[in-house]
Amino acid sequence: MVTRKITFRQAINEAMRLEMRRDPTVILFGEDVAGGATLPHMEGENKEAWGGVLGVSTGLAPEFGRNRVLDTPISESAFIGAAVGAASTGLRPIAELMFVDFLGVCFDQIFNQGAKLRYMFGGKAQVPMVIRTMIGAGFRAAAQHSECLYSIFAHIPGLKSVIASTPYDAKGLLTTAIRDNDPVIFFEHKVLYDTEGEVPEEAYTIPLGVADVKREGKDVTIVTVGRMVHFSLEAAEKLAKDGVNVEVVDLRSISPMDKNTILNSVKKTHRLVVVDEDTPRCSLATDVVALVAEQAFDYLDAPCKMVTAPHTPVPFSPSLEDAYIPSVTTIVSTVKSLVR
Amino acid sequence: MSPTKEKMLDVYTTMVKIRKFEDKVAELFAGGKLPGFVHLYAGEEAIALGVCAHLTDRDYITSTHRGHGHCIAKGVDINGMMAEVYGKATGSCKGKGGSMHIADVHRGMLGANGIVGAGGPLACGSGLTAKTLGTDQVTVCFFGDGAAEQGTMHEAMNLACCWNLPVVFVCENNGYAESTPWGYHCAAKSISDRAVAYDMPGVTVDGTDFFAIYEAAEEAIGRARRGEGPSLIECRAFRYYGHFQGDAMLYFTEEEKAHNRARDPIERFKKRVLERKLVSEEELTKIDAKAAGIIEEAVEFAEKSPYPDNKEVLTDVYVSYP
Repeated sequence: MVTRKITFRQAINEAMRLEMRRDPTVILFGEDVAGGATLPHMEGENKEAWGGVLGVSTGLAPEFGRNRVLDTPISESAFIGAAVGAASTGLRPIAELMFVDFLGVCFDQIFNQGAKLRYMFGGKAQVPMVIRTMIGAGFRAAAQHSECLYSIFAHIPGLKSVIASTPYDAKGLLTTAIRDNDPVIFFEHKVLYDTEGEVPEEAYTIPLGVADVKREGKDVTIVTVGRMVHFSLEAAEKLAKDGVNVEVVDLRSISPMDKNTILNSVKKTHRLVVVDEDTPRCSLATDVVALVAEQAFDYLDAPCKMVTAPHTPVPFSPSLEDAYIPSVTTIVSTVKSLVR
Repeated sequence: MSPTKEKMLDVYTTMVKIRKFEDKVAELFAGGKLPGFVHLYAGEEAIALGVCAHLTDRDYITSTHRGHGHCIAKGVDINGMMAEVYGKATGSCKGKGGSMHIADVHRGMLGANGIVGAGGPLACGSGLTAKTLGTDQVTVCFFGDGAAEQGTMHEAMNLACCWNLPVVFVCENNGYAESTPWGYHCAAKSISDRAVAYDMPGVTVDGTDFFAIYEAAEEAIGRARRGEGPSLIECRAFRYYGHFQGDAMLYFTEEEKAHNRARDPIERFKKRVLERKLVSEEELTKIDAKAAGIIEEAVEFAEKSPYPDNKEVLTDVYVSYP
């Protein structure tokens, strides 16, 4: 495999590009995924203005044309529902829900239609669609453009929920998601778009429901996803200097969730910290803690801990937002509180 | 249209099957034989037939909570439907969907739907599939007057027009959103007027007149099939039963009920084909008896069928899940 360093944004773009080349039924639509659709001064109908609001789909409209890369009106209900209808009749649509916070205007199409069709129809339908959506704080984008909310999706039977932390994982997981025959929600942390990593040029897949141990350790297990993987690795570096060896488990998908890797790690380290940028109630963090409390309680030498965002909306002011996001300092002190 | 005798007999047969299916379901429900709740289509048969007469198995429809008539008109197996309403393992959806979720994707029936207005976006999706793959398949989105006030329908009609999709929107205006009259819930003078906002053709037709619906649908579906884009047809109709079976229907006056009975779509159809001597009274009577037999057989099939095994609770959530 030839690898080279590309950004998280490019990795996502490449996964879509390669799958669209491979399979003519893969199409992409969403607000401004090309941008400037049909404006007369755009030379040639396939030229794009934006390639997505943060440029993730750049170059796809010129390569695949306006019939496979479609701008939509700002009508999330209509186009997310259209993804469900298209997926159940033979396409593999990728629908871009610009910010996950916009789920409020299209949730019915996701949880009552996409997630349930197969079950309600007695297994006689399938909905092979991907919803790509941006998550996360750190952009000073305030309360309605900054949440994570992935826990809500993991709560819903019929959906799969995937959160990549590195460019390599992003490309492999998105490729799998596009080829998967169930509805997959693919969460992209906006702060990670410019991060770089080694990524093979060709297509490859990473199975859903398989966690990746990003760092091995014997003293404390950190279970985490997304941007918090990087915060946890940074915390682990600091803790190593104090002689504490932290194992960092990147779940990569939270539905399905790799329970075995979590349990095996806790059985080895006897201590658990869940680091989650989502809000703490009825969440990924509580779910992982419940799993360990139920199935590995006898192995624990200390209480399970959660480092999460507070139970508040995301504030705007930079100092407040920084205080909102779980910090490396808090991760370090929480881990230390378990190994005193 | 060319009202061939064969076609007229087919249409009559299916309308009668729908009526008898719904009357039977009402009876079974009242007798405590059916779980859950049911929304019956009796009175609106001319719409399903007037539209679906132009569709093939490859075309798609999206439906509503009041979907039995659409299913039968689209050719969904009646035994499977009845078993589904009973919650039996032999049902169209293995007993896992019930009355509000009967579907047969392989016959282009993309499902009844328990969420009012949800079919519009789904119809855009199947329309997009046909357009992307370059087929001539058409999608018909049936929706009620209640659904006409959902944002999803406005979004869907706009999107279908923006993307020039082969979708026909058929509003079954039966006069009431549950118990709320459409004159109250709809700020427009007619639902079809809304087509103007999306720059598509819109017409209002008598939803009890099969021939009027058939002609309007022929034009709209032909237009969609030729790639000329969506249309909106509003059919003014009524329903014999309440919003759900068991609804006391206090919002109907006796005059209104009498007026509705006088424009029964099946009787109107019958009168017209008999007057024009397209078919004989005897032929129609035979069809009535045959349809009744088919429905009785469906009930027998459903009653003899087993309930699903409890392990079915856990299946069909995902195609693949580790």
